[in-house]
Amino acid sequence: MSAETTAATDPWEVGERERRRDPLRRMIGLARPRSARFALGVLLGAAATGSGVALLGVAAWMLATAANHPSITALSVAVVATRALGVSKGVTRYLERLVTHDAAFRTLAEVRVRVFERLARTEPFGRFRSGDLVSRLVNDTEATLDLLVRGLTPPLVSVVTGGATVLVLTVVYVPGGLLLAAGLLLAGLAVPLAAAALGRGPGRREARARGGLSTTLVDTLQGAPDLVAYGAMERQVARVNEADAELTRVARRDAATLGLSAGANALITGLTVWGALFLGVLAVDDGMIGPTALAVLVLTTLAAFEIVAPLPAVAARLGSIRASGERLFGVLDTPPGVAPPTREGWEIDPAADATVRVRGLRVRYGPGEPWALDGVDLEIPAGATVAVVGPSGAGKSTLASVLLRFMDPDGGRVEIGGVDITDYPADEVRRVVSGVPQDPHVFASTLRENLRLARPEAGDDELWAALRGARLAGEVEAMPKGLDTQVGSHGTGLSGGMRQRLALARAVLAAPRVLVLDEPTAHLDPDTRDAVVADLLDAAEGFSTLLITHDLTGLDRVDRVYVVRDGRVLQSGTHEELLARAGWYRSVWER
Amino acid sequence: MKPLDPRLVRTAGAVRTHLAVTVVSGVLITGLILAQAWLLARVITGVWAGEGMDALGWMIAAVAAVAIVRALLSYLAEASALHSAARTKSQLRRQLVSHVTGSGRVWLAEGGDRENDSPRAGELVTLATRGLDALDEYFSRYLPQLVLACIVPFAVLAVVFWADWISGIVILVTLPLIPIFMALIGMHTQQRTERQWRLLSRLGGHFLDVVEGLPTLAVFRRAKAQAAIIRRVGDDHRAATMGTLRIAFLSAFALELLATLAVALVAVEVGLRLLGGHMDYQTALLVLILAPEAYLPLREVGARFHASMEGVAAADQVFTELDRERGTGGRVGDGEERRAPAPTGVPAPAASGDIRFEGVGLLYPGREVPALAGLDLTVRSGEHLLLTGPSGSGKTTLLSLLLRLREPTEGRISVRAPGGRWTPMDEVPADDWRLGVAWVPQHPYLFDVSVADNIRLGAPDADMDRVREAARMAEADAFVSALPEGYGTRLGERGARLSAGQRQRIALARAMCRDAPLVLLDEPTAHLDPENAGAVRTAVARLLEGRTAVIVAHDTGWAESALGANLRTTALPLLTREARR
Repeated sequence: MSAETTAATDPWEVGERERRRDPLRRMIGLARPRSARFALGVLLGAAATGSGVALLGVAAWMLATAANHPSITALSVAVVATRALGVSKGVTRYLERLVTHDAAFRTLAEVRVRVFERLARTEPFGRFRSGDLVSRLVNDTEATLDLLVRGLTPPLVSVVTGGATVLVLTVVYVPGGLLLAAGLLLAGLAVPLAAAALGRGPGRREARARGGLSTTLVDTLQGAPDLVAYGAMERQVARVNEADAELTRVARRDAATLGLSAGANALITGLTVWGALFLGVLAVDDGMIGPTALAVLVLTTLAAFEIVAPLPAVAARLGSIRASGERLFGVLDTPPGVAPPTREGWEIDPAADATVRVRGLRVRYGPGEPWALDGVDLEIPAGATVAVVGPSGAGKSTLASVLLRFMDPDGGRVEIGGVDITDYPADEVRRVVSGVPQDPHVFASTLRENLRLARPEAGDDELWAALRGARLAGEVEAMPKGLDTQVGSHGTGLSGGMRQRLALARAVLAAPRVLVLDEPTAHLDPDTRDAVVADLLDAAEGFSTLLITHDLTGLDRVDRVYVVRDGRVLQSGTHEELLARAGWYRSVWER
Repeated sequence: MKPLDPRLVRTAGAVRTHLAVTVVSGVLITGLILAQAWLLARVITGVWAGEGMDALGWMIAAVAAVAIVRALLSYLAEASALHSAARTKSQLRRQLVSHVTGSGRVWLAEGGDRENDSPRAGELVTLATRGLDALDEYFSRYLPQLVLACIVPFAVLAVVFWADWISGIVILVTLPLIPIFMALIGMHTQQRTERQWRLLSRLGGHFLDVVEGLPTLAVFRRAKAQAAIIRRVGDDHRAATMGTLRIAFLSAFALELLATLAVALVAVEVGLRLLGGHMDYQTALLVLILAPEAYLPLREVGARFHASMEGVAAADQVFTELDRERGTGGRVGDGEERRAPAPTGVPAPAASGDIRFEGVGLLYPGREVPALAGLDLTVRSGEHLLLTGPSGSGKTTLLSLLLRLREPTEGRISVRAPGGRWTPMDEVPADDWRLGVAWVPQHPYLFDVSVADNIRLGAPDADMDRVREAARMAEADAFVSALPEGYGTRLGERGARLSAGQRQRIALARAMCRDAPLVLLDEPTAHLDPENAGAVRTAVARLLEGRTAVIVAHDTGWAESALGANLRTTALPLLTREARR
């Protein structure tokens, strides 16, 4: 499938107008494939709420009729209806909840797939990589569920049931119906919206005060040793208490505003019932309706406010759901970081030369941003091992991102065996270039599954060979379950060194022509680091290897070292050559 | 979990006020519900009997009055609930903060080791802010409903019994069925739900796992294939969740069914007796209007139970925190708890004298290998002692002993003021001792206040001249002056505006400003690039002039060149298991 056809059929590839639409409506749009199920859910919900209202109305009619002592046949239908309504409310409510939850979970499953596909295409490596942002994005995806179950169905149910009830009462007595319509609109729409609007100011004030308190608390707890050492803990606790007093003051002042909606709802309910009573008595006095109709009018109105009871909670929730939607679509509307490729079917001849040539490479993370790489020239001869070193922020990982086709160059060329890699789709390039990305992820699964990522068809023999290459075979053999050992979330069941070796084994298993190792020894203690680097350089024999690192361990064994700083190559040469010259490399080595 | 935690009532005074307000308003609201029902039944019956607006006018007006009073009560109850919630949260927060910052907290005393953020700190901050916010819902929604659920059903029952005992019996029989059925269903389903919950959390975590691992998947060209797996896991997740929900919703179903069915039974029963002439119209209407009110508070409590329990759980966590062991005996924290006299507020003279370690060891609680063992060492007044040794040899631990963040678990430390005699360290008040100590940790913590306030952390009375002088000595004046607001610039969380080398120099300025006779330095140039390391070395040399110093460093080269004459180097042995054998 070419990139063009993908774009045409991709529902996320949306126009400018769609992007400007309210994120809530776009989120609701995600549920469109399941609209029949949601409609069924709304009908069931309306039946449930309607049963409750109708129960009181029918019962009122039954009593008012019975008061005139007719024959029992006059009541038989009402008796049966009352009993049926008594049962149907609970049953339909139960079914409604099952149907809407099922539909919402189906939708969520689809949304997850689409979010993932979108991320995979646009920016697997960019802005969203920090752990906090990733977990927030996942939470924002789950907010779809919240919207569909608690934000979408209850208002629709209210509209259907409210409309039906108003209609029935209008038949009984027109002003009574209109009065109920006004009451329901006020209590169900005006008050929740006003409360949400009124709550925004206090919400912001409280968020600000809470933020101040959080910062002070973080300072206090994390800076505790410094505070104790400098005798400043008491003063700091006083500052915390000050921030706490500020938050409490704000919250107490705003309590008066936030309580308004509860009072307003009680007032509207009570006065609407009173209005129904007042109008009804006048109408009976004028002979417009009978006493039976009065009983139905008043008791139905009394029961009808159950219809709008869930709405204030919905209004309060929509704000945070909308914020989730905004963030979600903000990520999803991001244009791809890699331009569509122009060619396909890159077959690199196994015998061909896989030399990597980087010429005048310039990259930045956005217009106006500083250059992350600013004219880098570099060459990895086939089968050679080249290291790129430099302080953090030098642009080393950006180089890896370009080689792995996570980013397009803004200038210059990257060639492998004479082929410009930007001509080919990312996945084709990654058959040739692969390795250990920065912070390689270990999935919450078995060792076998984690390894087979790199080559799904690999048999156990190949897995063991890769483990031996990464010097991990001995430790895995010692595990009672061997390859079937569960490694836990983020591989927490393994030590830091074992996680890095697992990532290395994966890279060996993938057997690309060009092996990129991006900070393979980050977060390791010095002894483990030395051992991992040694094994890694052994394993890299036969590959064209790019080793990206910030420390100089093992660099005496590589063919050439490039020192990168502020996006430029400062020095290059063998370890010995670089030590012979004054400069960054030597000064770091000597420390 | 209990619906009302007695510890909450005991600990937070605001809770008692709130309970009193809630009970009073609950009683009043119950009265208003009964009054409204009686008035409605009376007016409707009056109209049926032929009475007109003239006769019924005052009763109709009374319905309006009831509505207005009830609205006012609702408003006041809600506002007062939020008010009390704010006060309760504040009370709990203050207790929590004073507890965890009090002397002798284990986790605080972990010394300068901040390479991994303490997850406990993050947890505590969340608990103290967002976690406790869940109490709002608990106070303003749950507790009032709980009080109503305890009053309204009984009041309604009493009135219905008085009006019509047969209907009273129907309600009396069905009402207790609700909690009984819910408990039965709950007991039956709990085990099953718990088993499914584990499966659910595993499936639910899958999406986060693959999104986090997306770059890894992409490198191995597995991203596209993974989409199909996400779909499959999503379907499994839905199926498992629906299995759980079918059962979980049963208790709500039982509640709803019983409540509505009971009202229907009452309605039919009074209707038939009204038809037979065994009951009057007004009583029948009163019973019909009141019957749903008996069940309503129970439903509301049920509906709010889960949301409100978050608040109870947060309060519970606070109490667990407050009950946590006060340190671990004498191992951690200040000796003043046991032997030292009260602090005097002046620097201990001993800080400018000699310090002697005799067979000193420290075993962290729960560890097998001591962090320090059998150390014999004397630090003489005015000398610069450079401690080297591999990581794990206890260098940083030794500094935390000198800072009195921890107490040795074996051996003893003695101090001697110039011209005085040896006294055990723990007879010197820890606060006074620390007044004579300046500390530059490996990862100094900078606070989200101005640069000036960061520098005078240990000397709050220092004026700007002294702050600036300290910064100049620490090679920090130039870059601080270049900040947008100079010394008044706020540093942001954890000093985010500054580089590692700049943070180190601010910490050195802090130590200069403290002007203490004893200086403790922990790896001052580790992780710095060559330029910054040079500036830090210059600053360190100035700081140490005329002071006693203990310096911990991985490598020794720079110290020998920078510190010169009165430098003495001691290597600590590695304390691994092999070394102990």
